[in-house]
Amino acid sequence: MLGRRRWVMAIVALGASALGLFACTPKDAPQKEAAGKDPSIPAAAEPWKVGAYLSLSGAETQFGIETKEGIELAVDEVNKKGGVKGRPVKVFYEDNKSNPQETNNKVLQLITRDKVVALLGEVASSRSTIGGIVANKHKIPMITSSATAPEVTQIGPFVFRVCFTDDTQGQMGAEFVVKTMGKKRIGILYASDDVYSSGLATQFRDAAKKLGGEIVVEKSFIKTETNFTTYINEIRDAKPELVYAPIYYNAMVPIARQAKAAGMPGSMFVGGDGWDAETLLQDAGEEMEGAYFTNHYAPDVPWPNAQAFLKAYKERFKRDPSSLSSLGYDSAQLLFDSMGRAKGDTPEAIRDAIAETKNFAGATGTITIDPNRNADKSIVIVQIKNKKFTYFAAVNDKAQKP
Amino acid sequence: MKILNALITGLAQGSMIALVALGYTMVYGILKLINFAHSEVFMMGAFIGFFAITALGGKDAPVLAGVGGTLAAMAFAGLLGMIVERIAYAPLRTRGKGKANTRVTPLVTALGMSVLLQNLAQLLFTAQYRGYPQLLPIEDTRKVIFIAAFSVMSALWFVVHKTWMGKAMRALSVNIEAARLMGIRTSRVISITFITGSVLAALGAVLYCLDQSQVYPTMGVVIGNRAFVAAVIGGIGSIPGAMLGGLLIGIIGEMTKLTAYSGLQDVLVFTALIAVLLVKPTGLLGKASIEKV
Repeated sequence: MLGRRRWVMAIVALGASALGLFACTPKDAPQKEAAGKDPSIPAAAEPWKVGAYLSLSGAETQFGIETKEGIELAVDEVNKKGGVKGRPVKVFYEDNKSNPQETNNKVLQLITRDKVVALLGEVASSRSTIGGIVANKHKIPMITSSATAPEVTQIGPFVFRVCFTDDTQGQMGAEFVVKTMGKKRIGILYASDDVYSSGLATQFRDAAKKLGGEIVVEKSFIKTETNFTTYINEIRDAKPELVYAPIYYNAMVPIARQAKAAGMPGSMFVGGDGWDAETLLQDAGEEMEGAYFTNHYAPDVPWPNAQAFLKAYKERFKRDPSSLSSLGYDSAQLLFDSMGRAKGDTPEAIRDAIAETKNFAGATGTITIDPNRNADKSIVIVQIKNKKFTYFAAVNDKAQKP
Repeated sequence: MKILNALITGLAQGSMIALVALGYTMVYGILKLINFAHSEVFMMGAFIGFFAITALGGKDAPVLAGVGGTLAAMAFAGLLGMIVERIAYAPLRTRGKGKANTRVTPLVTALGMSVLLQNLAQLLFTAQYRGYPQLLPIEDTRKVIFIAAFSVMSALWFVVHKTWMGKAMRALSVNIEAARLMGIRTSRVISITFITGSVLAALGAVLYCLDQSQVYPTMGVVIGNRAFVAAVIGGIGSIPGAMLGGLLIGIIGEMTKLTAYSGLQDVLVFTALIAVLLVKPTGLLGKASIEKV
């Protein structure tokens, strides 16, 4: 039976990548033309070559496309302003098909064939690690927009990120629950075979205990599970004041419905950025009313840059941006800002400028690059209210409050 | 109290698994074929149920949508089961005789059919998870599941043991060739077996989704595995065996969740499978004798 599953997965991946290819080809074409014809770009100036490797097909197509939209917006904005140091920016997009081997090839191609001075990508931590190793080896600075695994920036001095790490997210979740909400008796529910979910649960547990919280019940399930009643009954019987559930949105839908049936309202749940999906609101908006989660972004954050980005994005793509779009936008903007500040045009000079970034005003908050090349920034607490994601607060003891 | 609650959840869960397991067991009983596409018929049934329930008004008209959606899903799945049999299995049975390896080839086409249907679903419905409309409170849904599953299974038992068609099915399970020589239209009986199994799978699928909220193209894999194991534990080919196996797996699963080792649910289920097969290779209610179905 195992063999069969693997087969099924392989074929599904193949089919999905084929679909993805079809889905993104037509979008690509007009974009390139538009960039070439932009009248505001001085024709003579040699453009900056920047590489972006993304999952534009395959399993994570959606994430890749959203990120690309953010980058495109940032590129257009910077070119409209006359580029960086009087030179326009040209981004070379490469599709790694959500695949590790392809990632290696595409990043090498960007560096050796296209001679890019910097790299943007990837959405997933696993593929950012692969790209990061290549970039670091060739001494090309790389900024990942949404890889949250702590290991990614530990690769070496050329790898940076603009999102927070899973560690920080778990700790900030604990801080919010124990300090801000003042809850002491806490339950945890997570997927034990998912690195993201169990990683956040571990960080949260340790931080909450340090802050004086008590974990009264802890239950874990495997990702294929859809019937949570028994877990929920056990959690309910332990009478926690709040339940931390760092789970992806698709598992959260049955959990929310079954929890409500068992007498646990949505307001008892706190989650992580895995909840950030429209589907959660559509399918369990009622049941999740009042729940909180830590996120990169909320559509209504009161920061000026976020609002400007939101407006520009809505105008161009006719819908609200996701976290991934806003992080893609920030990764590109932060890179262009660093290129402008850099003391030379070489990848090394750009790297140094990225490392020195302080108080960069991005769409996802004020970003300072810390000595470990991670983004020191606020985490947004989002509340589900009237079937909408709404801004509740920003937490981070280190970063500047907006 | 804790154990009682888990037992009730396990029974509801188990009766759905049993409904799906019946499809595996009936087809195996007659053709000695593991129909791996069965789990995908289950998934397709769930999707059709979803669209029908939504079209019929969903939450606003729970009775009409529930009954209508279930019937639509059952009708569609029955048709799909028949088509799958006609396209992928029947030609091998008639044309491949003597040429093909009659044990392995149908198994491979069954796998192929399963992959095909799963990808077709991704193509048609995208890989996204969809929330099923909640027609009834979850407690009531579970009662409905239990009652529906058991009345349908009893009806099936009656059909197989008390009607002419059942007699024909049992005859085929003993010896297809002999049955044909006796004047039974074997291909029609086989078709009806596939249709019956698929209809039950679709019923299971709609109930499963109403209880567990979501429908997505790969959902057949999980429940299909469990149902297949249930059929084998109970003694593949035996209808009461599939029911017993389904209930056992449902209950074992829920009981595991009460312990600290909740991730080991599938490990325990498969350990139980191996243990049963070591002690009684034919499964709990399986007979080494000839009559199967």
